[in-house]
Amino acid sequence: MKLRDYIIRRLILLIPILLGVTLLTFTVSHIIPADVARVFAGGEKANPETIARIRAEMHLDDPLYKQYYYYLNDLIHGNLGKSYSENRPVTEAIKQYFPATAELTILAMLLAIPVGILTGIISAVRRNQWIDHITRLIAITGVSIPIFWLALMLQIAFAYKYPILPLDSRLGIDVMAPKHITGLYIFDSLVTGNFAALKSSIYHLILPAFTLGYASLGIILRITRSSMLEIVRSDYIRTARAKGLKERTVIYKHALRNALIPTVTVSGLIFAGLLGGAVLTETIFNWPGMGRFAVNAVNNLDFSSVMGFTVIMAIIMVTANLIVDILYSVLDPRIRLGE
Amino acid sequence: MGFIDEWKKRNESRIKETKFTLSLFRHSLLSMIGLGLIIFIVLIALFAPYLAKEHPTYVRLLNPEGKYVTEERWDIHFGDKLLPPSREHYFGTDDYGHDIFSMIVYGARLSIKIGLLVVISATIIGVILGAIAGYFGGYLDELIMRITDIFLSIPGLILAMAFAAALGRSIEHVMYALIIVWWPTYTRLIRGQILKTREETYVEAARSLGTPDSKIIFKHILPNTFAPVFVQMTMDLGNVVLNAAGLSFIGLGANPGTAEWGLMISMGRVYIFQAWWYVFFPGLAIVLFVLGFNLLGDGLRDVLDPKLRR
Amino acid sequence: MEDLLKVRGLKTYFYTYEGVVKALEGINLDIYKGESLGLVGETGCGKSVTALSIMRLIQWPPGKIIGGEIHFNGKDLLKISEEEMRKIRGAEISMIFQEPMSSLNPVFTIGSQIMEAITLHQNVNKKEAEEKAIEMLNLVRMPDPEKVMNQYPHELSGGMQQRAMIAMALSCRPSLLIADEPTTALDVTVQAQILDVVQRVNKELGSSMLLITHDLGVVAQICDRVAVMYAGYIVEIGTVKQIFKNPQHPYTKGLMNAIPKIHVKTKRLEVIRGVVPNLITPPSGCRFHPRCDHAMDVCKKKVPPVTKVEEEHYVACFLHEGAK
Repeated sequence: MKLRDYIIRRLILLIPILLGVTLLTFTVSHIIPADVARVFAGGEKANPETIARIRAEMHLDDPLYKQYYYYLNDLIHGNLGKSYSENRPVTEAIKQYFPATAELTILAMLLAIPVGILTGIISAVRRNQWIDHITRLIAITGVSIPIFWLALMLQIAFAYKYPILPLDSRLGIDVMAPKHITGLYIFDSLVTGNFAALKSSIYHLILPAFTLGYASLGIILRITRSSMLEIVRSDYIRTARAKGLKERTVIYKHALRNALIPTVTVSGLIFAGLLGGAVLTETIFNWPGMGRFAVNAVNNLDFSSVMGFTVIMAIIMVTANLIVDILYSVLDPRIRLGE
Repeated sequence: MGFIDEWKKRNESRIKETKFTLSLFRHSLLSMIGLGLIIFIVLIALFAPYLAKEHPTYVRLLNPEGKYVTEERWDIHFGDKLLPPSREHYFGTDDYGHDIFSMIVYGARLSIKIGLLVVISATIIGVILGAIAGYFGGYLDELIMRITDIFLSIPGLILAMAFAAALGRSIEHVMYALIIVWWPTYTRLIRGQILKTREETYVEAARSLGTPDSKIIFKHILPNTFAPVFVQMTMDLGNVVLNAAGLSFIGLGANPGTAEWGLMISMGRVYIFQAWWYVFFPGLAIVLFVLGFNLLGDGLRDVLDPKLRR
Repeated sequence: MEDLLKVRGLKTYFYTYEGVVKALEGINLDIYKGESLGLVGETGCGKSVTALSIMRLIQWPPGKIIGGEIHFNGKDLLKISEEEMRKIRGAEISMIFQEPMSSLNPVFTIGSQIMEAITLHQNVNKKEAEEKAIEMLNLVRMPDPEKVMNQYPHELSGGMQQRAMIAMALSCRPSLLIADEPTTALDVTVQAQILDVVQRVNKELGSSMLLITHDLGVVAQICDRVAVMYAGYIVEIGTVKQIFKNPQHPYTKGLMNAIPKIHVKTKRLEVIRGVVPNLITPPSGCRFHPRCDHAMDVCKKKVPPVTKVEEEHYVACFLHEGAK
């Protein structure tokens, strides 16, 4: 099957999944035992009339299926409700915080993927030698250490004991944010030639991005290592050697291309971990992203923000999964032949 | 004696394989370390009352929503506030004067409880739904798979956060939330394994010999399904606790005053530069706990995977 | 007949968890220019190990070539550097394998895999390599070569995959082609076609072939000489006619008898009693003695020497006169 047809098929399948996700978030927002309207109206001392008005506004007395219809309708029009903790539309808040999370996540991936794959290969090729043991140790600690604790330890080490890196935030207090083009500080400051902002944002990104990417690095390392170990024993690798190819070509061309397939398969999972991890990382580093926003919302009982955040994260995940699937079919010609 | 010798002879190759498995396991340093860590933690949890210096009391209260809840209470000694590690207090004290070592030791009990409950529940759901999907196929299979797809489309921690936030702050709700996050993984795993073994030639061979379906399921399919599920369960025991700690850290799990490792880190964060031990030791406990299960699971996987054995 | 490859005293062992597998215990083999030598034996006797040893493709761990000489083109292949050996692999000595589906890389097109072999050993540009690849595909009578160039291995049938492998192996005109059970995984009708292709192309290119198989029928069809292997030793070697008409070694005789003959009426199929020995603890002396009806005392104690039966026909057995 042609690649283009495969992509179209996957895009169509996207719709029921997104619908299902909205159904799920709708369900979650309706198991909240607290009376949402009362909370919005001001809590215990709320005016009953205000509560009634809010209830009507939010259609809380309508039958469930009608409420779901309103919900879906709102979502399609980009209305995620009102943020109680920030007193503005949820959508607006998320728009503001999105670039910070994006920049952090992208940098974490840029760290985790190349380093993970490379060390995975080396680990497999030098199986059971000392470098294998070290990389396996890194990998396993990566998935065993709680991100928030790692963040705190790194803060103690590099921002307190040996203060070479900033403690938190995206920029130093004395530095102005670069002119807003994308919201990604590194990109924006490069493009506008603002080198003070560039330097400051890079410095501030180091600890959070490392913290966030460390666990993913571990996972990628392990998957790459184990699939390389398996593939290196296959028949077609034997053929490649029999052709007289240099061992380097055998590993990095013939074996790796096949080994990347399971790695790509797992990247959906890794990305989920990154998004979840971002929530914790942003909290520790006081990073002005969606994660920190969500945690604040949780602590303030701002349910519409929490739900809005969840929906957005789900949409991002679904999109990422789609990209992963397409990438997968590019890498592995066998699966293009119908599902 | 004759009976035992006969049994030994008949099962000679099975015994040999088991011995080989055990020896592979024993020779895997990492698996042994993992096993050691876990035994160590379980022992600590078991003997908590004897090891700890301070002990919590459990109080039954009526909460604002009209339900009875059990809360953990520790005695307060403000005089001993924030003391560094010493012979008196191995891990120091927190801002209420509690002995951190005691809290961590009791926290082990809580973590083990959380891990076991969530993983076993998720596995049970997974076995039921996965078996239905895998064995019967058709519409039921499609439906179950689409539902798991939907659940898996939301990042785990975030979904748990949403559920836990909606349900209200408590450890029980965190456990429910984590079960909701975890069941799709087991459903898919078990379904996948059943599908795989169903197609194997030895199942076809058994069928052609006239073996009844039930015997096929129990003798051929299930034993081969078991190994990867077991590995997954082992590793998830650690992962669940990791996530539970994360949720407690955010403020969604244990109520303040409970000795839960994640919560302790969150409380200690304020004092991070003055009293590093408050944050350090609970985190270390989490690391050892999760590391133990990950190492064990990793080792088990290497040992049980027929392809990597030789 | 001129010598192309001379193997003397080849010893390959495998160091495994259960013990040391003594796979090859001193193999002696000659391959002449332009001939097809068949290497037959039961599964596990060491045929493939011999082939991989010649190519120096034995992977350590757990396998290691621990002794012997392989003379080819004036060099001892076991003494040259890995870099020199790589130049020989694929260019002067090529190998094709049993399972064509798993022996081709599933993520690359047939064309790119053949061209890779060509550009590796020959100084040509991409266009020329492409032309040469198509030429090779034509040579192995691949239907619709231009289309196949852009297809992936899983899109081809077993027979076509094997043709592609042959094209790839012969693309650099090697003087020796080692074929390790090339038809075992294929249907009988396809088998005949592939054997025909291999035989014809070898004749056209003037290359020699070492054909490894457990199927005596195949040997009879296309080989000039045949060597019989048992448990890591070559027990008999000669021309196809000599081996089939005048087998000397009890094992060879057993193999010949085991072939059902369509014109003879028998009640039961002839078998060689016993089983293939465990190569970690092989039998002492002649490794065949536990299964041999004519075993003598000396067979249990000493390894039989190789003695000449007639011109080009040698056997390793104490039963033969020259051995006493």
